[in-house]
Amino acid sequence: MKRLFPILSIVTVVLLGYALYLALVVAPTDALQGEVYRIIYYHVPSAWTAFLLFSINFVASIRYLTRSNASTEKAAKWIAIGIGIAGLIAPFLPPVRRLIPAGMEPSAVATTIVLIPAFYFLVGKLFPGDRLDVLAVTSAEVGVVFCTIVLVTGPLWARPVWGIWWAPGDIRLTSTLVLWLIYVSYLVLRRFSNSAQTQMLAAALAVFGALDVPLVYLSIWFFRTQHPQPVIGGGGTMDPRMLHVLLFSWVAFLLFGFLVCWSRFRLEILKREVEQAYAMESLAGAGISEKASLPLSRSAR
Amino acid sequence: MNTVRFLFAAYVATWVIHLFYLGTLVRRFSRLRQQLRELGKGK
Repeated sequence: MKRLFPILSIVTVVLLGYALYLALVVAPTDALQGEVYRIIYYHVPSAWTAFLLFSINFVASIRYLTRSNASTEKAAKWIAIGIGIAGLIAPFLPPVRRLIPAGMEPSAVATTIVLIPAFYFLVGKLFPGDRLDVLAVTSAEVGVVFCTIVLVTGPLWARPVWGIWWAPGDIRLTSTLVLWLIYVSYLVLRRFSNSAQTQMLAAALAVFGALDVPLVYLSIWFFRTQHPQPVIGGGGTMDPRMLHVLLFSWVAFLLFGFLVCWSRFRLEILKREVEQAYAMESLAGAGISEKASLPLSRSAR
Repeated sequence: MNTVRFLFAAYVATWVIHLFYLGTLVRRFSRLRQQLRELGKGK
């Protein structure tokens, strides 16, 4: 495990370097936008990575909220299974199919919905107990970093292409900004609240915040917006060479995001160990034996 | 309009943000390790 991190770091640096070469040299120049379109090779993968991280935060928060009560946990488990079954069947039913925007494949909708319960059970299996909360804060923080990049690179593309930095009132742009603000609030809450209920409150905020993710993603299908149409699943006509570079760039950024999350996860574990050690020292100073304080140490883990 | 400078600015901004965040992680790691060392000395 100790060797895996440096090996993956080297692989990531190589992939990111190659992705940069593909984006700047290999990918063809866009006939309408010229060279500036190449911003999408950083903008779009960052957006996809941010959405994925916020979705992980959502699942971890749901699991964290429901784990305190056995019956709630059971109900959540069955809801997740129900979502999976409905997602597998519903997109192919004619009344539902009519609601799916043109260019979006029902099979793609079904796959996305089935991934929700799969994710739900995988996260529960890999991150038991309080590690769910560690995962939640990790994914939110790294997600905010990627979302910040989306909000910075977007206007840098819009200025030469649209002639303006920001389109006020555009739902795609506004909902992305709101998403960023929600997760910044989440991190501020976690950073400055001393209440014993902070983790629960943050998890509840995260559940509502995550509702903005599908709104951001689907806004270009359901609303009139200045933002370009989706490059995947939207019936777009992107050059296959551009698409190949975009997907490669996403893989590189995904691996980079994974490594950053890994480091942030370890940092959070270390932080909690230090807090626990200070708590134990305070208890020892107050004359309470380590044995008597065991339940606290267990709950702190 | 010279659009290449916007492309350059976007790529640089991306890595400045990532490196800044990685820097904060390194700083937080070293601070926690220092605290752990101090706790070890105190025992």
